[in-house]
Amino acid sequence: MSRAARLLVDALRDPEIVAGLDAEGWTALLSAARAEQLIASLAYRLEGQAVPEAAAATLADAKRAAEQGAVQALWEAEMARRALDPLAVPVILLKGTAFIAAGLDAGKGRFVGDLDILVERERLPDVERALLAAGWEWVKDSSYDMHYYRSWMHELPPLIHRDRDRMIDVHHTILPPTARPKPDAEALIADSMSLPNGMRVLSPADLVIHAAAHLFADGDLAGGLRNLWDIDRLLREFTLRPDFIAALLDRARHHDLEKAVRRALRLSKHLYGTPLPQIGRLSTADRLHRRRLLARDGWARPTHWFIRQAFYIRSHWIRMPPLLLARHLLIKARMHRAGA
Amino acid sequence: MRHSFSVRIGPVGFRIGSVWKGPIQALAELYRDYPAPLDGIADFTVRLEPDDLFRRWLRPSVGIRGDYILPEAAPLALRHGLLAAEMGMNLQMALGQRRYLLLHAAVVEREGRALILTGESGAGKSTLAALLGERGWRLMGDEFALVDPATGLLHAFPRVVSLKNEAIDLFPGLTAERWGPPLAGTPKGKIRHLRPNSEAIVRMAEPARPALLLFPRYGFREEVREIGRAEVFVRLTQASTNYVNLGEAGFTALTSFVSKTPARAVDYPDGPAAMALVERLWQELAG
Repeated sequence: MSRAARLLVDALRDPEIVAGLDAEGWTALLSAARAEQLIASLAYRLEGQAVPEAAAATLADAKRAAEQGAVQALWEAEMARRALDPLAVPVILLKGTAFIAAGLDAGKGRFVGDLDILVERERLPDVERALLAAGWEWVKDSSYDMHYYRSWMHELPPLIHRDRDRMIDVHHTILPPTARPKPDAEALIADSMSLPNGMRVLSPADLVIHAAAHLFADGDLAGGLRNLWDIDRLLREFTLRPDFIAALLDRARHHDLEKAVRRALRLSKHLYGTPLPQIGRLSTADRLHRRRLLARDGWARPTHWFIRQAFYIRSHWIRMPPLLLARHLLIKARMHRAGA
Repeated sequence: MRHSFSVRIGPVGFRIGSVWKGPIQALAELYRDYPAPLDGIADFTVRLEPDDLFRRWLRPSVGIRGDYILPEAAPLALRHGLLAAEMGMNLQMALGQRRYLLLHAAVVEREGRALILTGESGAGKSTLAALLGERGWRLMGDEFALVDPATGLLHAFPRVVSLKNEAIDLFPGLTAERWGPPLAGTPKGKIRHLRPNSEAIVRMAEPARPALLLFPRYGFREEVREIGRAEVFVRLTQASTNYVNLGEAGFTALTSFVSKTPARAVDYPDGPAAMALVERLWQELAG
């Protein structure tokens, strides 16, 4: 059963529904929210609701943790800014750190793991050198893994800082070059917006497009409820401008990502109730995505094994052409055997 | 899950689920006198699950899962399922606790004031706390000291005490109902759980003011050494599982704790010497 994930989505959309929860319902809700990394977002959404004392304490913990997480995320961004400042290269913050740095609603309670940044592809070698000089080190040690990232991925192999133990992902575009859609990385950078500290974030339309691309054209939808919640929050804030959706779809076409963005709009509306009157019903494929997104039970266990495997396989399929994928999986299998 | 048990230890509620009945039965028996989580809502969930499809029946091995997991935590044999549950609960505290600054330490209380015993594994803090708990002190916990950043008070976390190897023989006078089942051949040798006495359980919601901090070391000639505040601070950052995650709140709580609590390093050769030493230092130093 995926009732817990459904309950989480419903509580995020309509906080009043928690009034009807018993102890078991609360436990399932909090467990699922924690597993989906949405517990702090839920905590902010439930402000003002009558909540049992035990649940209120857990939610207060989550808010404190998110506040501290935001401090750490911004500090990590500042460390990268200082390391890259002499290069005079535009550095664009991505994902959670960007939402927090830009003061967007989507940043409220947003869990941030790694620092993600986007830079111009031709400046990657300089950026890499500057980060290594400032204390970041490679995480991957096999030469094949390094080769894999450099040849076929949209980012450098991950780096970790030796003192602060935090990872940085340096992107040069928002999808692997081997994937079919080819986003216009130059336009992403050209239209980005400056923050007071000199770092940058993507334009509003590109923020939504990147979130949609990350969710529906890249990974296997693990943790997808959180990514879709980002999209809902971004849309609610940006659609205050009446022509935003039309401009967003134009821009998505330009980036070759209209399909992913339209799916994001439909699922955001149907799960989180994003006010999008012009967006229609879910397709059959959307329903499969919805089932994958909601695959979490009241003990925070992943459910729907088959559908999760299917999306996992699909995530590789959409990232690489078949022959390249076959070669990659063969090499990884050999490495796995040699390691075991 | 098929089998489950919920319990409150100090201020923390746990829900433990398992695909096997055995570990849950053993846990419910050990914690039979403890209350349910506040409002019936657990703070943390632990799941005992097979590592893969076959491990449920064939040489069953218990994987430790939950809200927070360590990917490298090795599964345990089903006959040690109780241990897996305990480790799972400790793991949730170590990785997920954000309300209190957590120190890896044992705590006992007298007249509202707390004695904190901390040190590396094998220093004997669990054993000492359990011995003191049978000699007029209230056992507040043998694993974690919970410092409330808002008040500076210590909260009790009196889980059952897991005694190892020779330490089990130091409690000859206790009745059978105080003991859990003997567990032989665990990764840490022979283990037996000691259920805290009723005072420790009944009063577990009462916090205490930190009054004395000791760094005991077992197996050395008796000696007491002064220890500077800076060193105490650094040692406690290493003894805390969540100091870094708490950020500024953790720093403020810890510096306040260190500046108000007298501390000594103590070496002791055996249990009786340690008891006498603790009583003497308590008279001299406890603030």
